[in-house]
Amino acid sequence: MSLSTDRRPAPAADRPPEPRRTDPAHVPDPAAALVSSRVVPLRRPWRWVASVVVVLLLAQVVRGFVQNEAYQWDAFGYWFFQPIILEGLVVTLKLTAWSAVIGFAAGIVLALMRLSRSPVLQAVSWVYVWIFRSVPLIVLLLFLANATALYPSLGLSVPFGPQLFSIDATRLLSYEAAAIIGLSLNEAAYAAEIVRSGIISVDPGQREAAAALGLPRHRRFTRIVLPQAMRAILPSYANQLIGLLKGTSVVYITSLLDLFGQVETQASTNSGQVIPLLMVATVWYVVLTSILSVFQYFVEQRFARGVDRLAGPTRAQRVLSAVRTRRGIAR
Amino acid sequence: MSAVTHAEVPAEVAAPVVQVRGARKSFGHHEVLHGVDLDVERGTVTVVLGPSGSGKSTLLRAINHLEKLDAGYVGVDGELVGVRVAHGRLHELSERAILRQRARIGFVFQGFNLFPHLTVLENVVEAPVAALRRDRGEVRAEALALLDRVGLADKADAYPRQLSGGQQQRVAIARALALRPQLILFDEPTSALDPELVGEVLAVIKDLAAAGTTMIIVTHEIGFAREVADTVVFLDGGRVVEQGPPDEVLTRPRHARTAAFLSRVR
Repeated sequence: MSLSTDRRPAPAADRPPEPRRTDPAHVPDPAAALVSSRVVPLRRPWRWVASVVVVLLLAQVVRGFVQNEAYQWDAFGYWFFQPIILEGLVVTLKLTAWSAVIGFAAGIVLALMRLSRSPVLQAVSWVYVWIFRSVPLIVLLLFLANATALYPSLGLSVPFGPQLFSIDATRLLSYEAAAIIGLSLNEAAYAAEIVRSGIISVDPGQREAAAALGLPRHRRFTRIVLPQAMRAILPSYANQLIGLLKGTSVVYITSLLDLFGQVETQASTNSGQVIPLLMVATVWYVVLTSILSVFQYFVEQRFARGVDRLAGPTRAQRVLSAVRTRRGIAR
Repeated sequence: MSAVTHAEVPAEVAAPVVQVRGARKSFGHHEVLHGVDLDVERGTVTVVLGPSGSGKSTLLRAINHLEKLDAGYVGVDGELVGVRVAHGRLHELSERAILRQRARIGFVFQGFNLFPHLTVLENVVEAPVAALRRDRGEVRAEALALLDRVGLADKADAYPRQLSGGQQQRVAIARALALRPQLILFDEPTSALDPELVGEVLAVIKDLAAAGTTMIIVTHEIGFAREVADTVVFLDGGRVVEQGPPDEVLTRPRHARTAAFLSRVR
């Protein structure tokens, strides 16, 4: 269509206004009809075709899982809640929880060291992260499992001076403790970088305003900087945590029987049931990851306070503030 | 503060609330303040004018020790800020002591710097409770009164991002007032605002001036300076070029640089 050779009458806007009739329903004005009508969306037939194809493929995959005898779903049902599998699950949860807490706490300390003005602290933090990101987790765990051979006793002494006390390392360092230490050391290195990225994402003006108000240093960090940093930290750390959850399966090489370790052991003694046993481990990992994902959603909601320009206070806050106001009146 | 420090501030200048003496500050090789002297009397409003890069903000930030001076000193209420005298030299104070001093000097930033994850009320309550260890309930009541004073009593439970720039800056002023400061410093409080929001912030500052609050204001609002200032200080190239009542400095500037600046700003 060419606009320049258009010989149709000029658009309505350019014509002198016609005299209005009293009944607007009978006005044959095409411009008025256009103004009041909604735009009809473009049809997208290929989108429908693609959706149908994907659904069909998905149905085929599900059929393959359900109808394939090799999956032995009855065996899966038998193993899923077996006490020995649940024992392994508890070990996995314990390792994940301890390493997540210790690793994150150590990560905060390492991140603060890296951001401090002391070149010594900066360097120590940098070297730590460099080493523990370099060493494969499996190597680190094997090192620690054999640590009692390296350091038969643990003690505290003045460097190059007298020893203050000492204990037998073989008694202190169970396989579980060694695994938690290894996972935490590894976790701390990654957590340090995640926490640091969160802290440097906070506007420097925030720290300055907190300092100008005379807030003590620890308060500036815990009340002003960290809650804002958490918004950037959470998605990455949730990733890291899920990685850790599954990464704990590496510990089975140190003879510690976590979820995966138990499945491995059972599979080696019950030949022919490898597939259902691996499915048991898979489904449990999926369940745990799902729980973490839901948890992540709620924690992120908590730290998103004040981000939305339009939303008012959350329901919980409205209730709290109403209670506070009432108590204030009563006083 | 120890008696030693009090004695070190010369007696003849002990009367003004703020005394800046020989303030020098460099960033790298660039000296921003070339020995600035400034006195601010209690209950007066001092407006600092000057082209950008003249050292206005640095001077203001040095007064509450957000910026450390290389030489010279700042005294507020007869007490040196951020430093103490020992063995004939100035030594930096401990962080705790500096924070205690800062809590008595309000600071209002160009970019508001409200804490976005805290409600308006929490923003105002935070410092008196955390820095001065005052009772939370008492501070809350006071904070609500302050929010009412800046016309934002109904926004107590809102978050800063839900407010307009002018409202945010008024909250920032309430937050500074909550510490009951002897002195409030304003660093271009209206420069980040849309033109139609400038008036509401200036009205609040005017109200504070009428109540006898000691203030130092860095601003580009010449009309406002004329209206509210007791003293206008013109800063250029890190030096005080001239100072005096607004009628003199703004209407009949003695210095060519002041006149040139005023003609450009108007």
